[in-house]
Amino acid sequence: MAIEVRIPTILRTYTDGEKSVTGEGDSLSALIDDLESSHPGIKERLIDDGDLRRFVNVYVNDEDVRFLGGLKAPLSDGDQVVVLPAVAGG
Amino acid sequence: MLTLDQATYDAIVAHAKRDHPDEACGIVAGPAGSDRAERLVEMVNAAGSPTFYEFDSTDLLHLYKEMDARDEEPVVVYHSHTATEAYPSRTDIGLAMEPNAHYVLVSTREHGNNDGPVEFRSYRIVDDQVTEEPVEIVEQLPATAQTRSSA
Repeated sequence: MAIEVRIPTILRTYTDGEKSVTGEGDSLSALIDDLESSHPGIKERLIDDGDLRRFVNVYVNDEDVRFLGGLKAPLSDGDQVVVLPAVAGG
Repeated sequence: MLTLDQATYDAIVAHAKRDHPDEACGIVAGPAGSDRAERLVEMVNAAGSPTFYEFDSTDLLHLYKEMDARDEEPVVVYHSHTATEAYPSRTDIGLAMEPNAHYVLVSTREHGNNDGPVEFRSYRIVDDQVTEEPVEIVEQLPATAQTRSSA
């Protein structure tokens, strides 16, 4: 089971500069745990207090995971996950 | 230093004036690693607010996929302040996630939707550190080696 994960510039410090990594997991939560094991530190940048950070957007096959159950969003082999920090401010 | 061509500068200012009193936002994309602000993309402020801006999440994905396909990056990320100075707010600093971008702030507080000068300033924001930089407006961006050879 392999899921491609696109990594934004700001998080490439955790992936040796790689734009894209692969991970596994049958849910977004499991995938992030798997990413954490190979790229320590990345989980904390995505999750805060048990939930996806407000200003981090994650998409599965182009759909915002907030509409797919958030961290519980189911994943299957071949899915494509994109992580993008919000472009926002005050 | 940020170098912008006059047309792009004018378009950013016009966008900020048009959306006043809400904050306007967008980017100027350019070839990855070039630091050339070539392609203006106005974005909708999904927050529709005078004190906050946020790209719509679906628009954001489309924008980044498009830049990826064109081997571009956001050279400039701009937004307006409509009641305060053109300086990054605490929120702007905390949410600045493009370490390579020039963050442009336009303040429309003085003339709103009307003609008249605006404050137009540019910053680097890296690891919560804000560094202002000069803005140079040129008629046209200098030709690249590639465009020169094909001319």
